[in-house]
Amino acid sequence: MTSPWVKRLLLFPATAWMIVMLALPLLVVVVFSFGERGPAGGYVPAFTFDQYLNLPARLAAFRNTLVLAPVGTLLCLLAAYPLAYFLAVKVDPRWRTLLLVLIIVPFWTSILIRTYAWIFILGGQGIPRLLEFVGIEGVRLINTRFAVLTGIVYGYLPLMIFPIYVSLEKLDKRLLEAAADLGSSPAWAFRNITLPLSIPGIATGCMLVFILLMGEFLIPALLGGGKVFFVGNALVDLFLQSRNWAYGSAVAATLVIVMLVTVGLYMKLMRRAGAQRDDVSLF
Amino acid sequence: MRIYAVAVYLFLYIPIGIIVLFSFNAGRHASDFRGFSVQWYGKVLSNPFAMEALTTSLLVAAFTAVFASVFGTMAALALQSVRGRARAIYDAAIYVAIMVPGIVIGIATLIALVTLFGHLNDALALLWPGPPDTAPRLNLGYGSLIAAHTLFTMALVIVIVRARIAGMDRSLIEASADLYATPFGTFRQVTLPQIFPAVLAGFLLSFTFSFDDFIIAFFVAGSETTLPVYVFSSIRRGVTPEINAIGTMVLGVSLTLLVIAQYLLRQRRDTDTGAPS
Repeated sequence: MTSPWVKRLLLFPATAWMIVMLALPLLVVVVFSFGERGPAGGYVPAFTFDQYLNLPARLAAFRNTLVLAPVGTLLCLLAAYPLAYFLAVKVDPRWRTLLLVLIIVPFWTSILIRTYAWIFILGGQGIPRLLEFVGIEGVRLINTRFAVLTGIVYGYLPLMIFPIYVSLEKLDKRLLEAAADLGSSPAWAFRNITLPLSIPGIATGCMLVFILLMGEFLIPALLGGGKVFFVGNALVDLFLQSRNWAYGSAVAATLVIVMLVTVGLYMKLMRRAGAQRDDVSLF
Repeated sequence: MRIYAVAVYLFLYIPIGIIVLFSFNAGRHASDFRGFSVQWYGKVLSNPFAMEALTTSLLVAAFTAVFASVFGTMAALALQSVRGRARAIYDAAIYVAIMVPGIVIGIATLIALVTLFGHLNDALALLWPGPPDTAPRLNLGYGSLIAAHTLFTMALVIVIVRARIAGMDRSLIEASADLYATPFGTFRQVTLPQIFPAVLAGFLLSFTFSFDDFIIAFFVAGSETTLPVYVFSSIRRGVTPEINAIGTMVLGVSLTLLVIAQYLLRQRRDTDTGAPS
């Protein structure tokens, strides 16, 4: 193990993989984003900023993403916090592991199949038909923003619950006892002790969900029906339909930059909060 | 609060339950439930396109899981003694591989490999001794699918195995060296048994990820079709009970593997105390 020769040998496959399958492709995207579209699609070498200047052509996709991704993240947070609190503070420890596993498991199963279930539920034969029985007619749920947001909360809730759970679980319960002994109400203790101490978990969860939502394709494709589309849907269209690689690369590079800025802001926030990063044990 | 918790679990599991329930629907249409039947499973199993997609997905997932767990474990072991700048670069690469969205990885891999293969194919045609049109050509397919899936899953295995190594009892390794075991002997008899549950869990998670991945495969599958890509294009053509049956089988496979992986990862306390036999 100590021999540098053995070490190099052990690291070789991983290093080769990261160079060929990660660094090289990302570099190609950056290079192509300064190029031009070939006559039959693809890429022609050039050095121009035209692709970036042309980004407003896909403004609707960016606008939808930058509106619905934060809204989706917020909805996930509102739905996740009470459950994370319940799991960390209220639940009988005997059941805790099982309940946590039940949260993780859906996250690791096919998002495609799970989103497909909502086509079924929100589609004409699902909830709208149930509503007809009680006399409410003409409700259309599928292919709306509501459908996309439902899919987002459903798909990403576990990713939000976990970091919040971790930070609440580490919380020193004696602080709450001390607050109660000193005569503060549970609401005051929550507002002034529990909530501030769970901010690192909230920030981690929000960052994870927001980043993944920025690149989302499946949920808007299946539940938004072409009416509610994200940058991810524009990218699929640009690469697989119109084969405009140069412009598509500029869109992809912009997406990555927005994500990096988000992560940067997150890091800064965490440093200011003076908190250590909560490692997410989703695996 | 308890009621809210129950509501969240129902929200997470009812959609899955609906797919499973309707996959046993005897009716012709996706929406009317007309009693139990396994006819749709029969339809899927005799559908050559679905079966071919299933075979592709299983093969790709198996190779991905082997590569990711072997190479990821090797890297995790070596990274223990890597320090300073090199370590920072590896850590950054691992997190980038995990965090960059699948769609960007898919696109980047697609254009990089198509461009690279284009140049390599030209070179091969030049060097080929026979007629130029019989020269071997590199194309997207199994190779690119496995390579792209291995990137993300290998990073995952490194993280999982490294966490396990960090929780390992170092004195055992020192004791083994003191007792004149060779480094390889120590690895085989002390380190490997301790990290094995993490490696196996990484293997199962890699298999599940690869088997379930849609977005990367959508870009780099070339002329191959994986099961999620097949399901996606079927959904585009309309909702049928056949998709429910495929979905139930896919969920069944991943749920089984995940429960085993979770069991292995949560057992660490028990195995740390005694030497595993």
